[in-house]
Amino acid sequence: MALDKSEVEKIAHLARIAINEDKIPEYASSLSSILDLVEQMQSTNTDDIEPMAHPLDATQRLREDAVTESNQRDVYQKIAPATEDGLYLVPKVID
Amino acid sequence: MHNKTLVELSQQLASGALSSVELTQHFLGRIKSLDPQLNSFISTTDELALMQARLADESRAAGSAGPLTGIPIAHKDIFCIKGVKTTAGSKMLDNFISPYDATVVEKLNAAGAITLGKTNMDEFAMGSSNETSFYGAVKNPWNTNNVPGGSSGGSAACVAARLAPAATGTDTGGSIRQPASLCGITGLKPTYGSISRWGMIAFASSLDQAGPMTQTAEDAALMMNAMSGFDSKDSTSINQDAPDYTSELNNSLEGLKVGLPKEFFKEGLDSGVQQVIETAVKDIEKLGATVKEISLSTTDLAVPAYYVIAPAEASSNLSRFDGVRYGYRCDDPANLEDLYKRSRGEGFGEEVQRRILIGAYVLSAGFYDAYYIKAQKIRRLIKNDFDNAFADVDVIMGPTAPSAGFALGDKADDPVSMYLSDIYTIAVNLAGLPAMSVPAGFTAGLPVGLQMIGSHFSEPRLLNIAHQFQQATDWHKQTPDAFTK
Amino acid sequence: MAWETVIGLEIHVQLSTQSKIFSGSATTFGAEPNTQASLVDLGMPGVLPVLNKDAIKKAITFGVAIDAKINKKSVFARKNYFYPDLPKGYQISQLDLPIVDVGHLDITLEDGTVKRIGVTRAHLEEDAGKSLHEDYHGMSGIDLNRAGTPLLEIVSEPDMRSAEEAIAYVKSVHSLIQYLEISDGNMAEGSMRCDINISMRPKGQEEYGTRTETKNVNSFRFIEKAIHGEVIRQIDELEAGNKINQETRLYDSAKDETRPMRSKEEANDYRYFPDPDLLPVITTDEFIEELRGNLPELPDQKIERFQKEYELKEYDARVLAASKHLADYFETVVTTSGAKAKLAANWVTSELLGALNKAGKDIQTSPVNAEQLGGLLKRIADNTISGKIAKTVFEAMLNGEGTADQIIEAKDLKQETDSGAIEALVDEVIANNPTQVEQFLAAEKDKRKKLIGFFVGQIMKASKGKANPQQVNQLLGQKLK
Repeated sequence: MALDKSEVEKIAHLARIAINEDKIPEYASSLSSILDLVEQMQSTNTDDIEPMAHPLDATQRLREDAVTESNQRDVYQKIAPATEDGLYLVPKVID
Repeated sequence: MHNKTLVELSQQLASGALSSVELTQHFLGRIKSLDPQLNSFISTTDELALMQARLADESRAAGSAGPLTGIPIAHKDIFCIKGVKTTAGSKMLDNFISPYDATVVEKLNAAGAITLGKTNMDEFAMGSSNETSFYGAVKNPWNTNNVPGGSSGGSAACVAARLAPAATGTDTGGSIRQPASLCGITGLKPTYGSISRWGMIAFASSLDQAGPMTQTAEDAALMMNAMSGFDSKDSTSINQDAPDYTSELNNSLEGLKVGLPKEFFKEGLDSGVQQVIETAVKDIEKLGATVKEISLSTTDLAVPAYYVIAPAEASSNLSRFDGVRYGYRCDDPANLEDLYKRSRGEGFGEEVQRRILIGAYVLSAGFYDAYYIKAQKIRRLIKNDFDNAFADVDVIMGPTAPSAGFALGDKADDPVSMYLSDIYTIAVNLAGLPAMSVPAGFTAGLPVGLQMIGSHFSEPRLLNIAHQFQQATDWHKQTPDAFTK
Repeated sequence: MAWETVIGLEIHVQLSTQSKIFSGSATTFGAEPNTQASLVDLGMPGVLPVLNKDAIKKAITFGVAIDAKINKKSVFARKNYFYPDLPKGYQISQLDLPIVDVGHLDITLEDGTVKRIGVTRAHLEEDAGKSLHEDYHGMSGIDLNRAGTPLLEIVSEPDMRSAEEAIAYVKSVHSLIQYLEISDGNMAEGSMRCDINISMRPKGQEEYGTRTETKNVNSFRFIEKAIHGEVIRQIDELEAGNKINQETRLYDSAKDETRPMRSKEEANDYRYFPDPDLLPVITTDEFIEELRGNLPELPDQKIERFQKEYELKEYDARVLAASKHLADYFETVVTTSGAKAKLAANWVTSELLGALNKAGKDIQTSPVNAEQLGGLLKRIADNTISGKIAKTVFEAMLNGEGTADQIIEAKDLKQETDSGAIEALVDEVIANNPTQVEQFLAAEKDKRKKLIGFFVGQIMKASKGKANPQQVNQLLGQKLK
């Protein structure tokens, strides 16, 4: 399974990771070799096998509906890169 | 005093032979003078440690002390500690001062343990050699040209070099057991859900488990008693009372049924490692166990399935690192997309990026069924394989890793060969089982770990086997020359 | 060519839980920015979600009310995309196995026709935060208070064929969620938001045309306008021989038009997968039946009861039952006034709703509450004032001049019921109008009814409207013989 440059660029965009142009061949080759490894799964027959998402056969616990959190904005925003008037700042959002 | 086990130190504290402040200062001093050779700590928390030590001494004087009261430990830098820099080994979190405590930290604090500092690790726990850390590679205390294993390489190295009596680690595909093996210490990866994941920076949520890294199984049992238990903040936490992990330590191994999977002893296994394991198994046999060969036919499927499931979960878990609310943000973003792409491009290292990309790929439209669903089906086959094995034997044994600590840089450029160094550990995470690595001997001067895999919730039994083995052997007492004094 | 409009709706309803769906933060509307954003809501490293029981209860309550299949095993999945109001880089939502499966809702159109609209599914998910576009030195501000508020996304089948049907459906859902008390339904505060899928096809064709999705339309009026605008745009495109692009559009209420959404132009690949931090939600039959048993009276049942119990016409019953608040208001008026239900219905549907409409208010913001209106109708019922005077009193009540009794007292509007005094007035009017008396006496019996109105008017005028009309009529009848 070989990934080409445009596929690497596509998933890098999906994952929002900037990759230097000259690094792309390296990524393409290492990702391809990982996919080759992964490909070994395909030789095993898994018909009628139910996918397993969790290691334990447990079910979701439900929380009572109660407010347990108080305002900690000042503490949480102390570690933020950019805030103003209690808001997190980001480059202009365009709908 | 640093060569003493946690249990021994605890006895000295209890007898008044030693104060926690003295003990804490001793270990902080050792870290200062010796860690430059290893790079096993990302940061130390001297002030916090000494304050905690004073409080521990006070509460002991006041008559309330448990086995961990006043014992200094190190935390893998994946656990959030309030007011303390928590990096997960990444540039992305180089400026992240956690606003809260992980449950593991909270519980160990409540048990009276002292926080010496935060240990180095592969970036976001992605690696098997501790070479992917933003803070530089950790070196193996037995030979500083070699890797200590990963991702909990810092925790393993600092316990092996006696810079801390015990440490916390996390294990997603072998990250406690493999470095424990390579550094010659005892590591336990508990049953999935035994220890809360709250405050433990996520790599792959359905695989991640915290666990203790110690000199001995007995120490590990004490750590488990403090670390484990139900946590309402973690939906995947097991909702039942945790057992007393020390309860079975002294049981006899008479009648124990050990299974050796033939797939663990094929090509790819270093012959030196194989010899150590075979001898260790014989020692266990001498303690009353019976040994038989079994088959885990899905062994070769574990690594491929893991490299779909773990990156898929990771790609999503790591989306929150976007330069908006905390962590690294690139300079002068031109627009929103630039903010995301450069913050993540500059903040994450190559291995992390590689796994995020693989994860995004296997989940993307058109590939989901062929990769992700397929891997989840394989995951069930692997679990069934173990279930069948445990119908027949009490514990599965084999090597933890295919080789001892390899040279730094050896596999750094070849991700696939690096991934294969977890071939014996990964299936355990996929099935959510408990497993340990116990020091079992040396090859070419480097330690080798024996892996013991149990069925769900069999930790007390695993600790029992390991403890009995350690009563009969002294591999766990060996220390690297450079760090003995 | 004759075109047929095909509309399907995705309605996002904020569930009125105290705390968020996966954290213990409050969900109060209008708090200072980011003061209701906890570690979990902010997507801090290492945090984990725990599901709110009440969100599950409310979702299932909706499901049983629309006669839907409830999935006893339901799974949460991550929908992955980057956006600043989405702190984790994924939204916890549901894809396979939503909590509520196929159901239906009946709508009644203006002409009384009932149409069944299919509900494909209703799933739980977390709301996103808000981007504030005011200029912060060329930047946007992000408020994450709303992030993590529970949403029920109700997805309809493409069963609607006109804006009227779509509006009727939205109103039915709006009414139902308030009856069920699972949401405050406050559209101005964004408690209910609609995405409208619209496509056109030549009449008679079975296959659907390419659809567009118009996002976040948040009032009944805008839904209607957005549909009309988009239908015209699509027909224009199609008739010009162009193709419709499958795209997401935004309704611009200022320009009254839809436009393509710039940020969503690229095809999204959401990479859904089951959230490994959450386990399957298992619901028992007992739990579902308990919720079914606890369902309140629903709109259709109420309409029926109003007709039976209060002898209302179906139309009036329907108007009153359209919203739970209105229906409750009406019933409070009936019980506090002791007046006939019909009188109460007339007052609520015409006087009250008319006044509210004029003032741009709704029943919840009405300046006259149900007890106060009941107090007014009580005075009609006990003949303290006439219906006509009551309208004057009501005007004053709307102006905040006090209760009915206070206004009647202050303005001296009490009806004259002293028969002696009324008789004197009657005699006076008869004496002053001999011509009219003669005309009246000469008229045929059936015309007399009309002519008597003149005398009543004169007497009422002389009494400044305070004479009891029944008594006036009675006395006139006795004297004009």
